[in-house]
Amino acid sequence: MADDGKVKTPLLDQLESGPWPSFVKEIKRARQGSPMCDDLLGQLELSYQEKKGHWKHGGLVGVLGYGGGVIGRYSDVPDKFPAVAHFHTLRINQPAGWFYTSDAIRTLCDIWEQHGSGLTNMHGSTGDIIFLGTRTDQLEPCFQKLAQAGFDLGGSGSSMRTPSCCVGPARCEWSCYDTLALCDQTTREFQDEMHRPPFPYKFKIKFAGCPNDCVASIARADLSIIGTWKDDLRQDDAAVADFAAAGLDIQKDVCDRCPSKCMEWNGAKLTIENSDCVRCMHCINVMPKALRPGTERGAALLIGAKAPIVQGALLSSVLVPFVPEEELLETLKELIRRVWEFWDEYGMSRERVGELIERVGMANFLDAIGLDPAPEMVSAPRDNPYIFFQLEEKKS
Amino acid sequence: MTQPPAKRITDIGPPHYEKFLHPVIKKNYGQWKYHETLAPGVLCHAAESGERIYSVRAGTPRLLSIQTLRVFAALADKYSGGYLRFTSRNNIEFLLDNPANIEPLKKELAEAGFPVGGTNNAISNIVHTQGWVHCHSSATDASGIVKAVMDPLCDRFTHQDLPAKLRIAVACCLNMCGAVHCSDIAILGIHRRPPKVMHDILPKVCEVPTLIASCPTGAIRPATVDGKQSVEVIEAQCMFCGNCYTVCPALPMNDPDNDGLSIWVGGKVSNARSAPKFSKLAIPFLPNNPPRWPEVVEAVVNIVNVYARHARKFERVGEWIERIGWPRFFKLTGIEFTRYHIDDFKHAGLSYARSMHMKY
Repeated sequence: MADDGKVKTPLLDQLESGPWPSFVKEIKRARQGSPMCDDLLGQLELSYQEKKGHWKHGGLVGVLGYGGGVIGRYSDVPDKFPAVAHFHTLRINQPAGWFYTSDAIRTLCDIWEQHGSGLTNMHGSTGDIIFLGTRTDQLEPCFQKLAQAGFDLGGSGSSMRTPSCCVGPARCEWSCYDTLALCDQTTREFQDEMHRPPFPYKFKIKFAGCPNDCVASIARADLSIIGTWKDDLRQDDAAVADFAAAGLDIQKDVCDRCPSKCMEWNGAKLTIENSDCVRCMHCINVMPKALRPGTERGAALLIGAKAPIVQGALLSSVLVPFVPEEELLETLKELIRRVWEFWDEYGMSRERVGELIERVGMANFLDAIGLDPAPEMVSAPRDNPYIFFQLEEKKS
Repeated sequence: MTQPPAKRITDIGPPHYEKFLHPVIKKNYGQWKYHETLAPGVLCHAAESGERIYSVRAGTPRLLSIQTLRVFAALADKYSGGYLRFTSRNNIEFLLDNPANIEPLKKELAEAGFPVGGTNNAISNIVHTQGWVHCHSSATDASGIVKAVMDPLCDRFTHQDLPAKLRIAVACCLNMCGAVHCSDIAILGIHRRPPKVMHDILPKVCEVPTLIASCPTGAIRPATVDGKQSVEVIEAQCMFCGNCYTVCPALPMNDPDNDGLSIWVGGKVSNARSAPKFSKLAIPFLPNNPPRWPEVVEAVVNIVNVYARHARKFERVGEWIERIGWPRFFKLTGIEFTRYHIDDFKHAGLSYARSMHMKY
């Protein structure tokens, strides 16, 4: 202990200097409100000394009637650091697009000051507001304070995890559907599946407004909804000329970078063969004013992304090549239910839907959820001649 | 008489986003026409109506105290009508309708220690996991590595002079809560020794069939130890994923001498130009060396600098490497190519070079 009664943290103190904002400073700042932060620093310093973590494995805690939303965490050195003997996390469902008012932020801060460590993550990897560290007896009162303020818990365990979305039409000209509305509506539709884990494992849904995929849905979501358009790019020739005049090398930086080589520049006019465009977004990203997505908008639905655990990492792959914007909500609700029904019945414990599809085969999965195969679903047809022909052709 | 319990509120879902939208955003929702970058970290979005909204973006450590959040709230009140948001990479954004407020806000953010930037061809904030701050399965810390790596790269956050966007992510174990597997540069905490089976507690805390099923390589099999039901690990089959520990606390993986970091490169999630791709292994092991992880910092800064020097305009790290080829990547960066770089899991064969396209 140092003279002021605070625990000494010579290793962590070295992370207070330098230009990037310091998490150690944040924990120290929160000390003024909570003694938990002192013991958190103490335990973290011990981890830095010993090069190992000091949190025990799991722990079942929660709020009444929910099976998720709280991550139980207990110290394995509670005698040394009693204030973090319990240090549970609350996941709180963020407003779509992570928009707030200063009042909403202060409300969250006031609740957390009263019921926990005063430390947060804005935000967790899945998108939730994270309240980092409280005692078991504070969980229910904190939850009800949050509920009175209009906030609810997010998902954890084998549930639908808190869906998240990009900034979408709120502040982006490229969003091909209303990511915030669809994220919000999907979250509300499946409250039960989020709060009371019913599945073999977790199920993540992410909404990206365009193929730039700012929420990494294709890498991180079991179901990725990625906006795109069907008609031609909207083109403003005067703005193209402005970019050229401002020094953009349209041949080199736009045409030569186009993956489908669908554009030509003759020094004065950009000509696009729209039927060859793969909608990658590069030219639009480079010339935001000059080129824009078309107006026949919607999204593609892709399925199966995950990190390595258990059977290896996967990217999502195309399940429905295009759904018009106005049909998205109903299509999604119907499709999600069919996917869950199949996964629930055939998925093994801790098997994500992408792994299930790899195990049973995409064609069988399509049969099960009632979708017809389409060439957009594969990068190429099979090159392997071992085909499981069905003995009896299915009667249509 | 006891008070009847207050009615519990459940299943209300998140607050509706609409009540948190700036009036200019609400008015021009879905009607944005184009945007411009006024400076690193400062965007201007123009609507069909002619109205504009200005976004000022600053990096945060993601782990934020309520004291700092209140500072952000006060800055929002002062400069952006109380409206703010966070980005998918844990930056904070203030949404301004008055461009005259941009410079004073930037100044106050800088004074408070929050760098403004992270837009376009900059390194944006590092997406990361909990690490030793709050996780039971982490092989290393996450926040500390982010701080150590971003300190020397902070200028790459506040400037936009890289060939393209550069996305770094940190995950403290193979669970990858930070989904680092599709990042330009990924820093991944790893174990390198099999779990130590605690036979005395295992029957009490674990279901043996679930535990056996958890192993992707079938390296765990039932065993009777001192008359009690337990398991044994076929060590030659273990690739240290930690999956068994996730389902059974009696198989701890932590090993301070052998845990460490690996570096992966060339992944992306955006579809711009080339398709999304996984990050590939660059460095199989670096020591876990808190508080400043000098070996990790040096490795990442080296890759960033070599990339910045050699990549062509608009080439993401993975696109650059695909153009020059992996042999040249290893040569230019001075990173050693080892047996560990050659995949031996499920789809390994797809990564073998099956052509005569070679550069010498």
